[in-house]
Amino acid sequence: MTAYVAFFVLAALAVGSALGLVLRRNPIHGALFLVANLGSVAALYLTLGAEFLAAAQVIVYAGAIMVLFVFAIMVLIPGKEETGPDPRRPVRVLAAPLGVLLFLLLAFVVARGTGAPAGAAAPGPTTIGALGRLLFARYLFPFELTSVLLLAAMIGVLLLARKKAS
Amino acid sequence: MGVPEHYYVALSAILFTIGVVGVVIRRNPLVIFMSIELMLNAANLALVAFGHRFGALDGQALVLFVMAVAAAEVAVGLAIIVVIFRARRRLSVDDLSVMRW
Repeated sequence: MTAYVAFFVLAALAVGSALGLVLRRNPIHGALFLVANLGSVAALYLTLGAEFLAAAQVIVYAGAIMVLFVFAIMVLIPGKEETGPDPRRPVRVLAAPLGVLLFLLLAFVVARGTGAPAGAAAPGPTTIGALGRLLFARYLFPFELTSVLLLAAMIGVLLLARKKAS
Repeated sequence: MGVPEHYYVALSAILFTIGVVGVVIRRNPLVIFMSIELMLNAANLALVAFGHRFGALDGQALVLFVMAVAAAEVAVGLAIIVVIFRARRRLSVDDLSVMRW
């Protein structure tokens, strides 16, 4: 019972903050809504028994990535964003029915897939240790590739953002 | 005992749809990026839910990789936005219809 209450409270928080991100005009408000959304999803990870991912979500997403976003917004947006009439309004109005259509499609897939057999017992209390062993055994190569990816992204950002030396 | 996993997957579908609509209707590239983060997050939630259902940790490992890719993507994307802003002095995706100028 309490699990259901927690799920629905967190789900309402997540959906409400996602709608706030999409519908508010001010990008700073959007960024704060996204932080709330990421936090509630982290709490949902906790209810699914993924403690390490909840911590990583708060540290990586809500910490690092959102700080980057807020920094970029503060640097780039001079406080007057998305003012004036939208020149493409007739096209953008189509987004709502298309979104509903996409959701119906996804809901159809989810409803069809609920008959899948449940697996073995849920992971035990040593989830984090087992996850680490999995990462460094079966997923060792992708794990190392991830570090190469991050290095490439870092170098790419440096190349993009430097001033032209002319 | 616990909440059935398809509740989580349905929530993930809702969040993903909101992210798609955000990408389509917003004009600010920063907000579009944040909507993309929303979609990645929804996919992560579905992965964790499926992993929980099947008692496997592979879903959580995949989520970790998605987080790393998202971090790299945000860094590169924000750098591109900064470069565009330097060249154009304004930010609206409707103006950006050419790849070079």
